[in-house]
Amino acid sequence: MTKSELIARLAERNPHLYQRDVERIVSTIFDEVADALARGDRVELRGFGAFSVKKRDARVGRNPRTGETVDVDAKAAPYFKAGKQLRERLNGGVDVDDDLDDDED
Amino acid sequence: MSGRTITRAQLSEAVYQEVGLSRNESADLLEMVLDEMSVALVRGETVKISSFGSFSVRDKGQRIGRNPKTGEEVPILPRRVLVFRPSQLLKARVNEGPVGRQLENG
Repeated sequence: MTKSELIARLAERNPHLYQRDVERIVSTIFDEVADALARGDRVELRGFGAFSVKKRDARVGRNPRTGETVDVDAKAAPYFKAGKQLRERLNGGVDVDDDLDDDED
Repeated sequence: MSGRTITRAQLSEAVYQEVGLSRNESADLLEMVLDEMSVALVRGETVKISSFGSFSVRDKGQRIGRNPKTGEEVPILPRRVLVFRPSQLLKARVNEGPVGRQLENG
């Protein structure tokens, strides 16, 4: 499913809305999440999942083609963890999570 | 990190401000977006949101895990896990933000 397919599906479910409004709704949602992460905020959508920013330590990496070592700087990375309800739906109703630093359950 | 948490309330408020639907309808639309994405993912589809990132489902086979507290070996059952791959744009924005800048300055 692409963003435009998502928009088409929502337009179908909401025949009273203009397509361009549905487009704005979808874009607004993802823009807000991206803006929040850019500020370093966390976005928690219970049942669906949570977006956060994780710090990745500097490390020594390797160029897989040449085998040469390269220094990789510390960086911030967007992270998403599926919520309990979505995890259960993906696994036929069973919550398979065994991550101890879970903040949703 | 600023430590603020954004929830459905702020996202549907943004939709309300942007599009001029009622607050209720804005909240419903947000829910529909999450619902449509979930349904696609449960079907095993990848959800690609350009300039944001893609969500996909990966099958993981059974493996042996360990209870970190007791050291006991326990089988981890096969499962489907959700993987989010942020777009280059989102990665760049996060690194230009306060968390990334803080890391840069050591």
